[in-house]
Amino acid sequence: MFKGMTVTGAVLGLAILAGAASGQDAAQKALADATKARQAQMQLYAFNLGLLGGMAKGEVPYDATAATAAAGNLSSLAQLDQSRLWPEGSDEMGVEGSKVMAELWANMPDAMAKGADLVTAAAAMEVAAGTDLASLQAAMGALGGACGACHKAYRVPSN
Amino acid sequence: MAKGLTAIVFVAAAAAAGWWFTAPVRVDPEDYVDLVGVPARGEVVFHAGGCASCHSAAGATGEARLILSGGRGFASDFGTFHAPNISPDPEHGIGGWSVTDLANAMVHGTSPEGRHYYPAFPYAAYARVTPQDIADLHAYLTTLPAAATPDLAHELGFPFTLRRGLGLWKALYLKDGWQVTGDMDEVAARGRYLAEALGHCAECHTPRDALGGLDRDRWMAGAPNPSGQGTIPNITPAKLDWSEADLIAYFTSGFTPDYDTAGGSMADVVSSLAQLPEADRAALAAYVRRLKPIE
Ligand code: HEC
Ligand code: HEC
Ligand code: HEC
Repeated sequence: MFKGMTVTGAVLGLAILAGAASGQDAAQKALADATKARQAQMQLYAFNLGLLGGMAKGEVPYDATAATAAAGNLSSLAQLDQSRLWPEGSDEMGVEGSKVMAELWANMPDAMAKGADLVTAAAAMEVAAGTDLASLQAAMGALGGACGACHKAYRVPSN
Repeated sequence: MAKGLTAIVFVAAAAAAGWWFTAPVRVDPEDYVDLVGVPARGEVVFHAGGCASCHSAAGATGEARLILSGGRGFASDFGTFHAPNISPDPEHGIGGWSVTDLANAMVHGTSPEGRHYYPAFPYAAYARVTPQDIADLHAYLTTLPAAATPDLAHELGFPFTLRRGLGLWKALYLKDGWQVTGDMDEVAARGRYLAEALGHCAECHTPRDALGGLDRDRWMAGAPNPSGQGTIPNITPAKLDWSEADLIAYFTSGFTPDYDTAGGSMADVVSSLAQLPEADRAALAAYVRRLKPIE
């Protein structure tokens, strides 16, 4: 009798623990998913820049249509709603593989301003990319500056 | 351990070397009297020298990088140095300085009062800057906004607080001449001047010995990061396989060949290099490709 109760209690206890753990797992998985998606967003920036940068360097022949398409992608990507990509807790300490500094959440208005700077630079690139090669080359600096400013402020340095 | 040893060497050497050996050196004013500084040329010298990376306020971007109010801290084995105000403010900055005052500081690390500067101010590289470039730089600096920000004191442990001992450091490590030698066309020679004299690239990319002097046998072969985190990369062709076009793009926009961006202290360096004429970035790229490969 007494023994039975203990066993029941223990089973119940385990069940509660398991429930709490799976709740935690779900929350942790959401943070990890957001991190993966965020990094994928960054990779899409890099992928589209690859074509523009290749043209700027003279490795790929300049083609106004292709350049405009890549710059258009970049511009659209920068304007996507990112509210679910940056959940609090998905910083370097919270999620394995994340390189975001916790400072980002303490400076949300500034981080969003840096995101807005990228929108501006990408829009300028969209115009430049369709104009000519010299304009495209001239627009690379500001674009790099917009990406780099945010990395400098909110990304854990790799070196 | 290494630090303690360095301290002992520092004191003993300074004591043994005596006064005359550690006395500050100055330029010959004759080399500067006839020079007329042109601000527009001085602007290029300023960006190539990366002065804003250290002398602007921490976190400054864009136009704010031209307000040279000082204050940034630089960690080293000897303590933390703070860059002083070098804006044209006559009281807190260097508003009253002549061209030769600036030359003494950059070429010999000597202050107008005859004190030694710490080599956290990279005069070991600037020692190679031409008198005309210094006159142009002086003319440009006077056009920048004045800031009435007082200097922050360095946070150093004894005996590094004794500036006198720096005379010995200078005798050991202040060298003329170039690291990369051999046949140089005009572009490569310009690149070498930009990298070894103005850009002070080696100050970060070359490792140091126990006394804080550059280990010239490992020129640009990478070094521990003075901030304590990670390392500064080896940029000799043994490790860095970027093409000249890749390097020019990196110096212009900060984009790596993978379209990630320059990080850490290099991000500030790129902000300066991005302001240079395209031909100068190409010359720097040519220089980097000519470095001796070191594993
Ligand atoms: C609003 C800030 C911000 C902007 C703007 C920004 N980034 Fe990022 N980027 C980050 C942060 C933070 C990380 C680290 C993300 C992580 O690890 O979860 C990152 C990571 C990256 C990565 C590595 C992704 C991975 O797989 O780990 C690349 C590549 C990248 N960014 C490229 C770019 C490019 C190119 C641009 C400009 C077109 C850009 N970023 C603009 C903040 C930004
Ligand atoms: C790596 C950082 C760094 C860079 C780059 C740098 N400085 Fe400095 N500078 C310093 C530090 C630190 C000091 C203080 C040295 C000391 O107190 O002994 C200093 C001191 C000075 C002084 C003396 C100021 C005074 O009040 O006595 C002048 C002038 C100066 N720097 C000019 C320049 C110029 C011009 C450039 C660009 C060509 C430049 N610096 C680049 C770090 C830097
Ligand atoms: C204040 C220190 C500092 C100075 C000065 C400096 N660098 Fe760097 N450099 C770095 C750091 C840190 C990195 C790593 C950047 C990163 O993590 O993205 C780097 C990266 C680089 C890279 C890319 C290497 C790679 O593998 O990613 C090149 C090329 C480079 N530097 C060239 C130069 C040149 C040329 C100069 C002189 C004009 C210079 N650096 C001056 C700190 C410095």
